[in-house]
Amino acid sequence: MARRRIVITGIGPVTPVGVGVGPFWEALTAGRSGVGPIRSFDTAGFSVRIAGEIHDFDTDPWMTPKEAKRTDRAVHFALAAAKLAWRDAGEPSVDHARTGVMFSTGIGGLGSLLNQHKVFLDKGADRVSPFMVPMLMPNASAGHVAMAFGFTGPNACITTACAAGAHAVGEAYRLIRDGLADVCIAGGTEASILELTIAGFAQMQALSRRNDEPERASRPFDRDRDGFILSEGAGALILEEAERAVARGARIYAEVAGYGASADAYHITAPEPEGLGAIQAIQACLEDAGESPDAVDYINAHGTSTQLNDASETRALKKALGDHARRTPVSSTKSMTGHMLGAAGAVEGAAAALAIHEGVIPPTINYEHQDEVCDLDYVPNEARRADVRLALSNSFGFGGQNATIAFRRWEA
Amino acid sequence: MDMAELQDKVCAILADNLSVPEDKVNPESRFQEDLDADSLDLVEAVLALEEEFGVTIPEEEMEGVKTVGQAIQLVATKLGVAA
Repeated sequence: MARRRIVITGIGPVTPVGVGVGPFWEALTAGRSGVGPIRSFDTAGFSVRIAGEIHDFDTDPWMTPKEAKRTDRAVHFALAAAKLAWRDAGEPSVDHARTGVMFSTGIGGLGSLLNQHKVFLDKGADRVSPFMVPMLMPNASAGHVAMAFGFTGPNACITTACAAGAHAVGEAYRLIRDGLADVCIAGGTEASILELTIAGFAQMQALSRRNDEPERASRPFDRDRDGFILSEGAGALILEEAERAVARGARIYAEVAGYGASADAYHITAPEPEGLGAIQAIQACLEDAGESPDAVDYINAHGTSTQLNDASETRALKKALGDHARRTPVSSTKSMTGHMLGAAGAVEGAAAALAIHEGVIPPTINYEHQDEVCDLDYVPNEARRADVRLALSNSFGFGGQNATIAFRRWEA
Repeated sequence: MDMAELQDKVCAILADNLSVPEDKVNPESRFQEDLDADSLDLVEAVLALEEEFGVTIPEEEMEGVKTVGQAIQLVATKLGVAA
């Protein structure tokens, strides 16, 4: 039997640059940053005072007031993204038992946990909310998305930090390919712009301190990059078995053509300096897709804007693609969205699929000075028209987990 | 505080806590059937009542509480408010 193929028929971005495919893609191709001064808490005394927040997010279109109150902000974003994507896919009729949900997060409902911890400390154990556990658990989003649609197929949450969203897409692709489901909602969500997380990431020296120029702070591959920008939001993709998508006349953004995953097995947060784990993921992905390195037309990089990631990712790309790396446009949409952690892989997968569908490569903004260890074509500052047949999206997590997804123009 | 006042207050707190319109909450309302409140919702609602009235309602006293009226009575007993 021929291998089942999988296509993307719906996209639901909920990001600091825009909500919904139109606004999201318009911002990415215009090179607009979603980073600004943190508004959700008082940043006095913090070394990092900027983030990619979603301001004035309204839960009303996506859930009842009671659901909104009983769920963490991460679930709010996830439900919005899933419903946007489903709508974008034309609300197909599906067999609920054959429809799965893979919805990841890096951190989960930490905000809810912290709120209840305060209640616990101030008022005692008997005042802790019975909703604390279902609000904080990382798999809450996958559960709520399934409930919202009544989908009873395979359901899970993969928590691999900054690679979680990519693993969700990859595992959803495998579920369909292996015949365990016909349709999947694959996504990632994150809502962890909190005093404690900003403090923790700042202590790791992982975050940019360019507080006075928030929109210029995320500058992947630029010589003067000084860390990533913590962002929030979610992204969801509707993955469908290709024959059924074609049969129902669905609009197909791109094919999910391959998936490669690996571990650095090196350090809990620092990337392996030669990018060995990344190389392994990229090579495995290309092999799965049945493509050669020379066929790659665009890479949506992990590109966090940290010194370490961008250098080792560049090294990995040069090793994995060989000479072709120098001819391949590489951009980091995190330059605009900031780093959405567990949502990043899903959102960036959406960007890669849209690059194929629209024939436009979104830029790496804030690229000003070449770094001697980052010497590829990063599509600096302006979107570029390009005929993209094959695009890769890289995601590398704290923990050393790596995932690369290949997206290909759909050709029956 | 008299009983009528207490009743209004409890109903208002429950309406807010359970996200239902205030006019849907009266002493006859059944938590599960009328107010769509599951067991976790009920625990959360009781926490709100404890907080508001400065009382403690142990779990065992909540057993068998099915209606808003029963909850009002429970709080009234704690506060020494007579019917």
